[in-house]
Amino acid sequence: MEIFGVPLPALMGQLMLGLVSGSFYAILSLGLAVIFGMLNIINFAHGALYMMGAFFAWMALTYLGIGYWWSLVLVPAVVGVVGIVIERTMLQWLYKLDHLYGLLLTFGLALIIEGLFRSEYGVSGLPYTIPDELTGALDLGFMFLPKYRLWVIAISLFVCFATWFVIEKTQLGAYLRAATENPKLTQAFGINVPLMVMLTYGFGVALAGFAGVLAAPIFQVSPLMGSNLIIAVFAVVVIGGMGSILGSIVTGLGLGIIEGLTKVFYAEASSTVVFIIMAIVLLIRPAGLFGKEK
Amino acid sequence: MNGRLSLIGYAALLAALLAAPLFLYPVLVMKVLCFALFACAFNLLLGYTGLLSFGHAAFLGTAAYVTGHVLKEWGWPTELGLLAGTLAAAALGWLFGALAIRRQGIYFAMVTLALAQMVYFLFIQAPFTGGEDGLQGVPRGHLFGVVDLADDINLYYLVLAICVGAFWLIHRTINSPFGQILKAIRENEARVVSLGYDVAKYKLLAFVLSAALAGLAGATKTLVFKFATLTDAHWHASGEVVLMTLLGGMGTIFGPVVGASVIVTLQNELADKVGSLVTVIMGAIFVICVLAFRRGIVGEAIALYRRMVWR
Repeated sequence: MEIFGVPLPALMGQLMLGLVSGSFYAILSLGLAVIFGMLNIINFAHGALYMMGAFFAWMALTYLGIGYWWSLVLVPAVVGVVGIVIERTMLQWLYKLDHLYGLLLTFGLALIIEGLFRSEYGVSGLPYTIPDELTGALDLGFMFLPKYRLWVIAISLFVCFATWFVIEKTQLGAYLRAATENPKLTQAFGINVPLMVMLTYGFGVALAGFAGVLAAPIFQVSPLMGSNLIIAVFAVVVIGGMGSILGSIVTGLGLGIIEGLTKVFYAEASSTVVFIIMAIVLLIRPAGLFGKEK
Repeated sequence: MNGRLSLIGYAALLAALLAAPLFLYPVLVMKVLCFALFACAFNLLLGYTGLLSFGHAAFLGTAAYVTGHVLKEWGWPTELGLLAGTLAAAALGWLFGALAIRRQGIYFAMVTLALAQMVYFLFIQAPFTGGEDGLQGVPRGHLFGVVDLADDINLYYLVLAICVGAFWLIHRTINSPFGQILKAIRENEARVVSLGYDVAKYKLLAFVLSAALAGLAGATKTLVFKFATLTDAHWHASGEVVLMTLLGGMGTIFGPVVGASVIVTLQNELADKVGSLVTVIMGAIFVICVLAFRRGIVGEAIALYRRMVWR
């Protein structure tokens, strides 16, 4: 069977890969959006912390013998703690300044983290094996579906929607939204806003660490894996706008699929298609698909 | 600072630069000059218009490739090669600018970064860039068909003339009515709009000018090193120019020059000794500057001078 002259299994395979990268876009842009909402800072270190998550998973397995499933829980927590340290020691002094300083500071942090891993492990990728439970593929008749990819998509969607649920539907989320809207007034009601800011950054960064662990078995674990991804995620964020949680999830997944399809029909453009779409969106809807014009 | 003092300062700096090849390795000084020009061009945007572009490497890289290509493959004369690189960067700057000024603040930075990354990916694939190897063995040619630029000293004075000329242009721009409006946009965009100025037009013009000058720096750099590589277009280069401007002092006319000198010298000194830890050091300087040193070297010096005068 063929669609537009492309064999169906190839098409579905690329679509699947697109969904996988879309899942990473979604988790990472969600983290950026959550952090931006609360701290008004674009976290340039997000890519570096994602890379750190992948490396911690690799190190846990290699040096401590801690397997994938434990890493999936422990690594995000550790990366989250790193984030909290960053927030307490550095970021908290910048809230009163222009937003650009937050971007510059986290850019510096990204360079530091990337440089440290690079000088220790070089630039060649390190392999991380897929856990036994998720090796192999499902035979769907028209294509083989690798179990691990399916798992990545499923768990990413779950995490994204859980985050959305917490922020939009729970008491904690209501405090969070209130603090985003008007921190002074929220503080006046007796809610510890600085604590919430700290935890928000920790959580957003933990999401990046989580994505890193998920990515470790698919991509090679390498110091450079974060920076290229994060620039594409920035484009995703510009396209979607950071105002809406659901918006960033949908945009992330959608762009992943488009990227996958581009690989099928015009492979040369697959690395640039996200940026081209960004340019088009800027022309048509400058505020982004889900953004509000100020 | 009063006019007489800064005039003495300019004269002293120019004298030092004219004499520099006697004491220092000319290629290193030319590298500093190219990056100083790059940073000054960038500062026109960040320091004077308040726009943080995280994509200036695209202009540096594009001009470097275009100049390299027309000199090497098409055999154009040197002057036209430099011009071609600069114009290419200006055209790209117009394209980037027209898109990026549709968003403000933090989004502006992300848009420019993403567009520059797109250019980087295009360069990886494009046939004329030589991929990972880059464009090697670009001939320097002769200036006006007479002066042999293969000689480092001859080239040095050409590069110095270019940089001084560009610096003068930036200085004139900042102190012109146009520059006043740019500064007003930095301080309070809404008010400038309310005064009836077409802010988008001013921003775009500033962006194109900055891109063109960044391109001139890239074109000159190709002439100095005789090659153009992907490094020029990589986002690290965009970050470096931000760092140079921040360290030197954004919004000061000399800050970027000082910042570029410090960073290039540091990289030159450290490259063999610490290897890839250079990135870590650059990152650390970034963090320190943002946390404790936001005025930069020149900014702090001016503040110190003012305090002494007032006392």
